[in-house]
Amino acid sequence: MTFELFAFYCFAAIVVFAATAVISSRNPVHSAMFLVLTFFTCAGIWMLLEAEFLAVTLVLVYVGAVMVLFLFVVMMLDVNVEPLREGFVKYLPVGLLVGAVMLVEMIFLITQRYFKSDQFPVPERASADQLSNTEMLGELLYSQYLFQFEIAAIILLVAIVAAIALTMRRRPDTKYQTPAVQIAASKKGRLRVVQMPAEKRS
Amino acid sequence: MDNLQIATPEIFLLAATCAVLVVGLFVNAKSNTVYWLSQLSLLVALLMSFTQSGGGDAVTGMSGAYTLDSFSSTLKTWLLVVSIGVLLYSRDYVGDRKIQRSEYFVLCLFATSGMMIMVSATHMLTMYLGLELLALSQYALVALHRDNSRAAEAAMKYFVLGALASGMLLYGMSMIYGATGSLDLNVIGQILAGTASDSPSAERTVGARFGLTFVIVGLAFKLGAVPFHMWVPDVYEGAPTSVTMFISTAPKIAAFAMLIRLLVGGLETLNADWQQMLAIMSALSVVVGNLIAIAQTNIKRMLAYSTISHVGFLLMGVVGVTNEGYSASMFYAITYAFTTLAAFGVLLAASREGHDVEVLDDLAGLGKRNAFLASIMMLSMISLAGVPPAVGFYAKLSVLQAAVGAGFAWLAILGVIMSVVGAFYYLRVIKMMFFDEPTDSVEIKVAGDVTAGLAVNGLAVIGFGLAPGLIMSASIAAFS
Repeated sequence: MTFELFAFYCFAAIVVFAATAVISSRNPVHSAMFLVLTFFTCAGIWMLLEAEFLAVTLVLVYVGAVMVLFLFVVMMLDVNVEPLREGFVKYLPVGLLVGAVMLVEMIFLITQRYFKSDQFPVPERASADQLSNTEMLGELLYSQYLFQFEIAAIILLVAIVAAIALTMRRRPDTKYQTPAVQIAASKKGRLRVVQMPAEKRS
Repeated sequence: MDNLQIATPEIFLLAATCAVLVVGLFVNAKSNTVYWLSQLSLLVALLMSFTQSGGGDAVTGMSGAYTLDSFSSTLKTWLLVVSIGVLLYSRDYVGDRKIQRSEYFVLCLFATSGMMIMVSATHMLTMYLGLELLALSQYALVALHRDNSRAAEAAMKYFVLGALASGMLLYGMSMIYGATGSLDLNVIGQILAGTASDSPSAERTVGARFGLTFVIVGLAFKLGAVPFHMWVPDVYEGAPTSVTMFISTAPKIAAFAMLIRLLVGGLETLNADWQQMLAIMSALSVVVGNLIAIAQTNIKRMLAYSTISHVGFLLMGVVGVTNEGYSASMFYAITYAFTTLAAFGVLLAASREGHDVEVLDDLAGLGKRNAFLASIMMLSMISLAGVPPAVGFYAKLSVLQAAVGAGFAWLAILGVIMSVVGAFYYLRVIKMMFFDEPTDSVEIKVAGDVTAGLAVNGLAVIGFGLAPGLIMSASIAAFS
């Protein structure tokens, strides 16, 4: 067994364990942390496949951004998971059945001739002096796929415009402060000295 | 990055849209500046794509991702014409209903650029991005009337189902990519036809067939063909009428272009597979659309089912896998878009602040209240029903001819029977407008430019029916 194969089996075992733990642990925070572990190990497997850009992106985007948001939500909302787990045993047979059918379908597909791995060309292994795939992706993205890249940027702009248009409301009754007006305030504008004749204490 | 100039109309429109977006921040919300700027950008883009259409041969650029041919330039021209109409008719409606105007027009412009990209894309990635640009703008437009809970519900349904359909489409595209190793539709076509040097074995094309099924599901959803039509009535009914008008007109042209680019441009060698699927969807769409439309009392729902039945006719031209059929469908898509535009234009013009024309009874006696609007509506209805001399008759005739010519006589017969059934609900609208007593006596005021626009639109419905040669020759040229 090569080291690569050994590493793959280690990662795969951790992924399976962590993914099971995500759905079986009682505490939602633990579930989220196990999901982080799953992502990390998946990133490891991608590393083994020489897809280092995807691996780094997975860690940065999913672990770094998405999961942090997820954890925030889980911690802030204080979700009570007990009601969600009710009927677990009752629905277990149906769930197992669906799972089994899906498993059989998948095994059927990948062992049959049409989708067997020998039907698809084996990607060539990059030699050590070739570009790293981050560089390759960058070159493609900014040359051949520049137009598509720009459209993707426009789609993000549309998302921003739509999100703002749908949520921002101008409320005339909101109380707010204008710093410029506050700073420009002087004694003259605020204070009025009133002269009054002295009065005797009654 | 070669031949960037073939995308000048799109690049111009996107840049102009960004400029309009910025201008919209600084102008008074009640002024029409943003509206006129949007119309101006569309008009310039229209001129640009019209002048581009001069050359006959197809030009591809951007490493094969983008194609400029007579198919794309004709469709783009019509897309822009229809979008200009949409903006014109919806201006006063949007203003009266406190929908943020600048965002509304900007999103319409973004959607239009998305459609133009879809029409020209010969690369699955470009096509998908164009589609998402269109779809995201549409979801937001449906929800833009924020105080209306029905609009929010419609937007939610549209968004969830639309995302699902995009997922299906992407899954199908990824399977096709897996089987052929290319995203470029021309290359995929060569590989599947076995003319490329690295063409796969027949067994490997099974993967492409597998992907084709998912691609068709995604396309059928975007077109609104039965059995993927469930969203259409709900979204049409819930969305503000001006947005319904937008969704039901120009995007149909774009979806048709996508269908042709994918199925005919890329996967034509698999036509034995997609022919059957399209034939079944076409038959179901004409039956379900026409039968259910009869029972509708809400005019927007009725037009939604009418759209479904027209999509059935549109597909009827494509099932034959003949060039005549494709051009007949192209003619159908273009004429359907501007005919429906006229119908919705009348609905918008007859609505006023605080009162939308929504149920059929609102149209009762329209002939007595405003004979001009009623006659435009009548023209649109007889065209949708397929009565000569309106353009809808010629459109139906040519797709039916194509279906019969390709050996789909049963489908054509079903189409004829169902269009007779469908004539009932179109003629009912005309009967209500001219023979029923008005339920509403408020005078209908229509702005001068909207009147002019509706008049031109009505003339187009009848004029292209009398002289269909102009659009038909462009459609035939697109497939020769």
